[in-house]
Amino acid sequence: MTDWSTFFAMGGYAAYVWPAYAISVVSLLALAIASWTWMTRAERLASSSKSAEETAPETKP
Amino acid sequence: MRTFFALIRRDVTLGIRASGGAALSAAFFALIVVLAPLGLGPDMATLKSASPGLFWIAALLATLLGLERIVQPDVEDGTLDLLRLSPLPLEFVALAKIISHWLTSGLIITILAPALAPLLNLSLDAVPVLALSLLIGTPALSAIGAAAAALGASVQRGGMVLALLALPLNIPFLIFGSTAVAQAQTNTDPTQALTLLGACSLIAVVVGSIAAATSLRLNDD
Amino acid sequence: MPVLAYANPERFARLARSLTPWLLGSAVGLLLAGLFLGLFLAPPDYQQGDAARIMYVHVPAAWMAMFVYGCMALASAVAFIWKHPLADVAAKASAPIGCIFTALALITGMLWGKPMWGAWWVWDARLTSVLILFFMYLGYIVLWNAIEDPARAVRAARILALVGAINIPIIKFSVDWWNTLHQGASVFRADGPSITGSMLIPLLVMAVAYNVLYAALLLIRMRAEIAERRLRSIRLGLEFEPK
Repeated sequence: MTDWSTFFAMGGYAAYVWPAYAISVVSLLALAIASWTWMTRAERLASSSKSAEETAPETKP
Repeated sequence: MRTFFALIRRDVTLGIRASGGAALSAAFFALIVVLAPLGLGPDMATLKSASPGLFWIAALLATLLGLERIVQPDVEDGTLDLLRLSPLPLEFVALAKIISHWLTSGLIITILAPALAPLLNLSLDAVPVLALSLLIGTPALSAIGAAAAALGASVQRGGMVLALLALPLNIPFLIFGSTAVAQAQTNTDPTQALTLLGACSLIAVVVGSIAAATSLRLNDD
Repeated sequence: MPVLAYANPERFARLARSLTPWLLGSAVGLLLAGLFLGLFLAPPDYQQGDAARIMYVHVPAAWMAMFVYGCMALASAVAFIWKHPLADVAAKASAPIGCIFTALALITGMLWGKPMWGAWWVWDARLTSVLILFFMYLGYIVLWNAIEDPARAVRAARILALVGAINIPIIKFSVDWWNTLHQGASVFRADGPSITGSMLIPLLVMAVAYNVLYAALLLIRMRAEIAERRLRSIRLGLEFEPK
């Protein structure tokens, strides 16, 4: 297991390498999740209100 | 052309009389210069080396002050619609607004700065360069500011938005202007910095007028 | 005319729906491959040791910071000239993605700079330019959120993106000029480690991964934006507003 501990130690630069990778992965993941939930919610709302409008009696002149 | 000068005269009069006008810009500029030693300490050598940058940062911030008043009232009270009916192209309306804003902010700062130079221990040799750099550079600050003001005209209380839009674009003037003054202070030839400042300033006035006019057309419908 | 303007975003949304899973899947695959290559297979740099591995997340983020702004400006120009509604949507959707990439480039740059230069931040020309770029992204996003009337916000944002794009070369030049003038103050070498083949492959994989991820996120955000516009126009009792 010395292999793994040297790997995590990153030649003494662990305090810099790991945060750099962590923040990149976490913030891109957060952006992806936020975009995805925004999209699914918006598309669901749009399609539901569209079908509601189609079934509703025509109100426009 | 008559409309052009009439517009400048009107805006300058408004700028002098308004509460957020010329006097406020001048007072704000002077206040930043006074605050700097209180923050940095009274050491004359420190102040001397910091003064070119401080003067230019003060100029950048002080020219932001009157921006909200140059476009927004005209959009709100319908003056802009009248101006658009006049034969004067909107680009020249924007240019008139830039000039009148400069007359009530940049020009005042340019006159005021040499008087404040001793407070920051700016060496006497550098004072003419300071005035010259402000004279060349502040019209560009007004131009970029006017474009930002026209963009933000539909934003309620958009003062901070305006600052965020305008300040990054003002960076070249801060760099060339303060470098010219610093070079004059250390007996280096500031010609290159002043030339670059002038060139960027010309570009900014042209681009600023066009961008401001294009954004004023936003309020079409 | 309204029919045409309506059809285009609709057809695009359908195409985007079928593309999204593929792009997202390949982005995740490429990212995992790139991380594996960068962390395990790439050799440590002979000068910088394992700290050079930060390069694999830093350099692609910095590239994307500039690339996304370019895409945003291009989309704004297309929107400005041809008034194409999708171009505005693309520009708006790009901004937060570009902003995140710029922030990542800055943060990973600081994490790389501390062990290499001995300081979290140096006023190096490239760092300064990226920092200014970050503020320009912020201004663009803030302008979008500050203007309540969507029709006005669209046009104001176009102009801001274009004015920004015109100014970026001037800002870049002034920062470079300022930096060379003050060269005496800092003797840091701003370059990364000299790149050998075994380090180039992970870097390229990560760069491709970031690009594909940008494409996937762009599609997702554009779909969301189109759906929101449709929702808004349904509520207003109109078709798709031709902006």
